[in-house]
Amino acid sequence: MMGATVDTILSKYRHDSTRLMDILIDVQDEKSCISDDTVKEIAKGLKISMADVEQTLSFYHFFSKTPTGKYTVYLNDSVVAFMMGREKIAKAFEEAVGCKFGEVTADGLIGLFNTSCIGMNDQEPAAIINNRVFTRLTPFRVKELVKDMKAGKDIDEMYSAKTGDGNNSHELVHSVVNNHIRKEGPILKTDVRQGEIIEKITKMTPEEVIKEIKDSNIRGRGGAGFPTGLKWEFCRRAPGKQKYIFCNADEGEPGTFKDRVILTEKAKLLFEGMTMAGYAVGATQGILYLRYEYKYLQKYLEDVIEKAEKAGWLGKNIGGRKNFEFYIRIQFGAGAYVCGEESALIESAEGKRGEPRDRPPFPVEKGYLECPTVVNNVETLCAAVKIMKYGSEWYKSLGTAESTGTKVLSISGDCFHPGVYEIEWGFTINNILDMVAGFNVQAVQVGGPSGALIAPNEFDRILGYEDLATGGSLIIFNESRNILKDVVLNFTEFFIEESCGSCSTCRILPVVMKDKLVKILNGLGVTRDIDDLLEWGKILKASRCGLGQTAANPITSSINNFRHLYTSLLKTKKDYETGFDLNLAVQEACEATNRIANV
Amino acid sequence: MNKAIVATTSLAGCFGCHMSILDIDERILELIEVVEFNKSPIDDIKKFTKKCDIGLIEGGCCNSENVHVLKDFRENCKILIALGECAIMGGLPAMRNGIPIKECLEEAYIGGPTVQQNHQKIVPNDPELPILLDKVYPCHEVVKIDYYLPGCPPRADLIWKALIALVKGEEMDLPYEVIKFD
Amino acid sequence: MYQTIKIIIDGKECIAKKGQYIVEAAKENNIYIPTLCNIEGVKPKGACRICTVKVNGRLMTACTTPVAEGMSIESESAELTDLRRSIIELLFVEGNHFCPACEKSGECILQALAYRYSVMAPRFPFMFPIRELDASNPKIIKDHNRCVLCKRCIRVIKDDEGKNIFAFKKRGHKVEIIVDPESADKFTDELAEKAMEICPVGAILVKGKGFKKPIGQRKYDLMPIGSDIEKVSKSKKAVL
Repeated sequence: MMGATVDTILSKYRHDSTRLMDILIDVQDEKSCISDDTVKEIAKGLKISMADVEQTLSFYHFFSKTPTGKYTVYLNDSVVAFMMGREKIAKAFEEAVGCKFGEVTADGLIGLFNTSCIGMNDQEPAAIINNRVFTRLTPFRVKELVKDMKAGKDIDEMYSAKTGDGNNSHELVHSVVNNHIRKEGPILKTDVRQGEIIEKITKMTPEEVIKEIKDSNIRGRGGAGFPTGLKWEFCRRAPGKQKYIFCNADEGEPGTFKDRVILTEKAKLLFEGMTMAGYAVGATQGILYLRYEYKYLQKYLEDVIEKAEKAGWLGKNIGGRKNFEFYIRIQFGAGAYVCGEESALIESAEGKRGEPRDRPPFPVEKGYLECPTVVNNVETLCAAVKIMKYGSEWYKSLGTAESTGTKVLSISGDCFHPGVYEIEWGFTINNILDMVAGFNVQAVQVGGPSGALIAPNEFDRILGYEDLATGGSLIIFNESRNILKDVVLNFTEFFIEESCGSCSTCRILPVVMKDKLVKILNGLGVTRDIDDLLEWGKILKASRCGLGQTAANPITSSINNFRHLYTSLLKTKKDYETGFDLNLAVQEACEATNRIANV
Repeated sequence: MNKAIVATTSLAGCFGCHMSILDIDERILELIEVVEFNKSPIDDIKKFTKKCDIGLIEGGCCNSENVHVLKDFRENCKILIALGECAIMGGLPAMRNGIPIKECLEEAYIGGPTVQQNHQKIVPNDPELPILLDKVYPCHEVVKIDYYLPGCPPRADLIWKALIALVKGEEMDLPYEVIKFD
Repeated sequence: MYQTIKIIIDGKECIAKKGQYIVEAAKENNIYIPTLCNIEGVKPKGACRICTVKVNGRLMTACTTPVAEGMSIESESAELTDLRRSIIELLFVEGNHFCPACEKSGECILQALAYRYSVMAPRFPFMFPIRELDASNPKIIKDHNRCVLCKRCIRVIKDDEGKNIFAFKKRGHKVEIIVDPESADKFTDELAEKAMEICPVGAILVKGKGFKKPIGQRKYDLMPIGSDIEKVSKSKKAVL
């Protein structure tokens, strides 16, 4: 939409303030920033205050009030990126570009920025440049890229490597990203013809569809694990004429990338799952909430939707059945991990700050635009289609008694075969490490930063809701890794960066705890500090959402399972000491007055 | 009954808390029956001459000397009490926290509106002078503190009641209205 | 007619109106559940978390959770009291709350809560953040040092078209309250007074006003916050 003005963008969204996210994204794409003047224009056009525009705009990482450069580089700063050599890449960028991260070159050509996990953990170091993803970067490659930028090349011409496997090479995707599907299971297998399930369910009542899903005992695959069938049933029963199906493709948990692969390869399956959910709960509108990091998939996904509409699998009279109506549109996020929480996702889709809501009411009663809303993970919706094809009994024959079916895992870190694996629930960590060829393993992070850091003595624990529940992220750390400095600190900083800031607990405490962790890392810790950290972690349980409630997990879980790493950093001190270091405290004054610290 | 030995000091404070100690008025005669002062500006004893039972600290730590004194108190007192807002949270002196020291010094000695005659632009740096800390620290962030008596200054009644309770080993009976942060 | 239901708060059987929030129901039963961000009659936000209670064993905010038949609510347990105390302490270390020099001292809810919960010194290190004092508005002063980010001003203060004047900016520990840049002339004396009034701390002040009441006569000088709800006439003792 080159050359669009703020006015045309506003018109495109019918001056609807609930579409503020789309408006800001279009404006940002168009102008590379959203200036005060633009904010004023938008506020006027939407009949809201400038402060209202500002509060949404300033919430999201990918919006900027100042120009971010003709080429905007977002380099991933997740744990695995660092493990795979991010520091060298960052240095190469800074040297070649001539500015630091967080800055834009004086001529406005290139901007360098850090960003939280972009879902490429199996092909790090990776960066997003003008909405295109560049993976497995090397200092050499960085120099080439910067040379191309300085020469003014089109971003799509900057690929030198051949495009990735599967649909990554599709002309509408055209990306160097790779799927790395290492183990296919029922979800990833291609065995459903488009429309097949729609034909099947339209011969059933919505209640029968819900019953089949309920009988399968499938639980939400995003991580929280709420029974899917029950969610659909609640929504179906909730009074309300208009209902909505959201597919949560915000996939922000560091180390998770399986939804990216499903979106790339199984989009038809996913949309059929959404349509089926729509049929079951009585919704006519589906919204795919897609993280901005996956914007490179936009054209392809929109094409799949359009073709499905043409083929009669979406739109009016779906599958030839009268009054079966379902539409899907894509709603982009703009860089906010917390929007993976379902009520925050809904807030965001309404054009607001992605702050989780207080519950009750739950989204199934009052969700998007106050209407009953189902929010399901990408994988959940795909699994639901397979359940409809093969039946709940078949599904229950997979996995364990408490955790039925399969789970698609995103595995990265220190192993020979990082990638996507679909396994039955019930695998132990040892099974996983055998499968991916992990080596010299010191620890495994199960379920991303909000999950648990597992030590070798617990590698016989199993993946499943009864033991280690996970949204699918597994990160492996070998013995060369400094767990506290490289992992725990990074994860804690991630939570600090991604807190919405609404709850006092989650806004303040992770910062306080991080400071204490740094104090221990600097050799200034006292025994009391470790106990304090464990104790303080409990306070976060009073936060509204899962992000806040789990923000201390990296610290508390590593203290519980790797306490020796902490105690080894403590210095023996008098029991009244706090770790206060006089030499450190006078350093600044000594420098300012040219004095020697004779304390 | 043996008298309890009490020491007091004012670190980065204004002596207002000490004034408030004196505000117990005639009860000071009662106090002197049950406590003996050691190191304190009240009796001008400069150095600890014996181990004390109670140390009262006014003010937070803004320089190296404050830290030494505070640690000395911790070594020599069984119970350490942070007296007043500055000792508890840095107080007024902590308003410089966050401002680079260089800027503070330049404001104080070179560029500030009250600077009259520093033509050579000298910022005092004699080795004898205590060195400023990067920020003003509340006492409990430097050493362990056992009790806090808030207020600016703490009410005389609060100091009196708390001190007598500690000395006599009684439960503290502190009415709501004596604990205030201002 | 309201439908009445029975709930239990700290072992005491209470009658509540259906749909009422827990804090309101508690209040009508002379039970004080501390709140900071909550304002009666305005949609609750659950921002400060101080009213956290256990509902059938689960942590919930009493200001946002409606009562339901048979609910068993725990509020004054040692665990929850310490949780509340720790949240008050967090708010103290997050900003620069220098009570002796604050116009709202004695009338400040954060301070009053600290008194009620005998917060003598926070267990957390002070952050001493660098925050702005914004006096650009002709009517009000915004002292960000004292702001507890409760969103009261956002929720209550609107212009004559109902648009927001105050808003949150950024996220996480970087959030701050902003005032709409076009709102300067919208502040009537009345609106400015109202903004100062609803701010639970001293972060919004009307220019040229402050220290109106002498020490000893201020709202929380003699009786702890919540005394009116509990209908107690004698003040509680503090514990060091």
